[in-house]
Amino acid sequence: MSLDQLYQQIILDHSKARHGSGLAETEAPSGASTGQSHQLNPVCGDEVTLRLAVEDGKVAQVAWDGAGCSISMASASVLTDLAEGLTVAELHDVIDSFRDVLRSRGKVHADPELLGDAAAFEGVARYAARVKCAMISWVAAEDALNQAA
Amino acid sequence: MDNAEVLRIRNDFPVLNQLVNGQSLVYLDSGATSQNPVSVIEAEQEFYEQRNAAVHRGAHHLAVEATEAFEDARQTIADFISADYEETVWTSNATEGLNLLSYALSNAGLWAAQGRGDSRLKDLALNPGDEIVVTEMEHHANLIPWQELAFRTGATLRYIPIADDGSLRMDRAGDVIGPRTKVLAFTHASNVLGIINPVQELAALGRAAGALVVLDACQSAPHLPLDVKELDVDFAVFSGHKMLAPTGIGVLYGRQEHLDVLPPFLTGGSMITTVTMERAEYLPAPQRFEAGTQRISQAVALAAAANYLTETGLDRIHRWEAELGQRMVAGLESIAGIRVLGPAAGQERIGLAAFDVEGVHAHDVGQFLDSQGIAVRVGHHCAQPLHRRLGLTATTRASAYLYNTTDDVDRFLEAVAGVRAYFRA
Repeated sequence: MSLDQLYQQIILDHSKARHGSGLAETEAPSGASTGQSHQLNPVCGDEVTLRLAVEDGKVAQVAWDGAGCSISMASASVLTDLAEGLTVAELHDVIDSFRDVLRSRGKVHADPELLGDAAAFEGVARYAARVKCAMISWVAAEDALNQAA
Repeated sequence: MDNAEVLRIRNDFPVLNQLVNGQSLVYLDSGATSQNPVSVIEAEQEFYEQRNAAVHRGAHHLAVEATEAFEDARQTIADFISADYEETVWTSNATEGLNLLSYALSNAGLWAAQGRGDSRLKDLALNPGDEIVVTEMEHHANLIPWQELAFRTGATLRYIPIADDGSLRMDRAGDVIGPRTKVLAFTHASNVLGIINPVQELAALGRAAGALVVLDACQSAPHLPLDVKELDVDFAVFSGHKMLAPTGIGVLYGRQEHLDVLPPFLTGGSMITTVTMERAEYLPAPQRFEAGTQRISQAVALAAAANYLTETGLDRIHRWEAELGQRMVAGLESIAGIRVLGPAAGQERIGLAAFDVEGVHAHDVGQFLDSQGIAVRVGHHCAQPLHRRLGLTATTRASAYLYNTTDDVDRFLEAVAGVRAYFRA
């Protein structure tokens, strides 16, 4: 597997764009129920603090701060785009599906209809050492979602 | 040494002769763990094929042969660091050696409080108000055991600061080390900065304060001539797997006058004289610190590794690696966006360089290099406080050994030069 299959264009783009980054500057919608989760990967020092706001049963906003490798930052960015607008149940399904793909060592293919841009992380599943990089913001989102919903 | 000699040396290391991601392997992670020459692998195999038995017990032929091999290995290692045989204690690795020492020191307090053992134990024991001094550049292995010893004894942990170039603030060392200092522990060569510390100068400060001087020799024993007597330290530790030997074997050197009185850390078989239902009396060092069946084949292999290094010549290895280190740093400094930790090019350093790539996380750097068959270490290198001090969380580190050529360094530099463009930094 080549480096370009791991670092897909979408991943490199999102690692720079970082949609949703800037927790302190982003105010949660008033009236929304929020949850916040901090996750740390002690192996590499990747760190994400993610806040998720739920309003009328839907994810109204995702905001996060993080430091880490391109895969972890791109993953948080893609997650932000994907999550906003989904119902709580839909986001749980998306997170479960993403986790199944990432933990499959390359055996489970991503469903692009369900995962959208997050399907680009399929290649990460082949690099055991990087799976946690891709998962960190999703673990934070799941935790925050459980608090908010 | 030169590249022609290194190419001959490489023939002794089968693992180096392979393709990684379609390119010949460039192994620049010896600071983490080194590779084994055939002579070391064969020494361990020969032991299992010819002489395997438990040592220091049994009257049979194999037991005698195994004991001889095990104790001959100890003498080889003692000679390797200019120590005496009785001062050379086997451990699993340097981490275990430092834990052994820190627990022996807290046991010294417990023994002294109950009037057990030698009267000198009360001088070795730590109490509230006493101080343990380390430096800001320590590996976690030479930091956390001291944090925990401070916790157990009520002693205070103090730090000799570093300057921004990574060098120890020797102008401050004299203030930090003082009459309250009971233990002074520091690294000989930094696993991140590549810097070689002024061991004798520090040891003299420690000695003047009446402190025990403990040397982390993990990054020096494998790479340069080590003479613990000349350095005048009380204790030194190193790991076999960083010096061409297998994992699971390491060494604690201790001045005999201390080892003879310190209580053991682990207790059990093979380290006692008389055991009753109530209590036990212990053998002198080194056996006092070697409870249970030992790492016999690994010790034999470590001796073979020491012989390999001695035959090649540690002075020559040191000079060659210093040359590779300079080549790394000079090359890295010429690449835009690279910040090298530690001494600048031209300043003394061992054959390693840790660096930050602006706008690219170390994990991505490591992955990029691996795709070209180049193995380096990424992360905090078990030195989080040092990284924090330098304003970083993770760096990339290339570390050379006697089997690396200048071509290895050049391939590494060429790859690093492409990192920022790939990640659009």
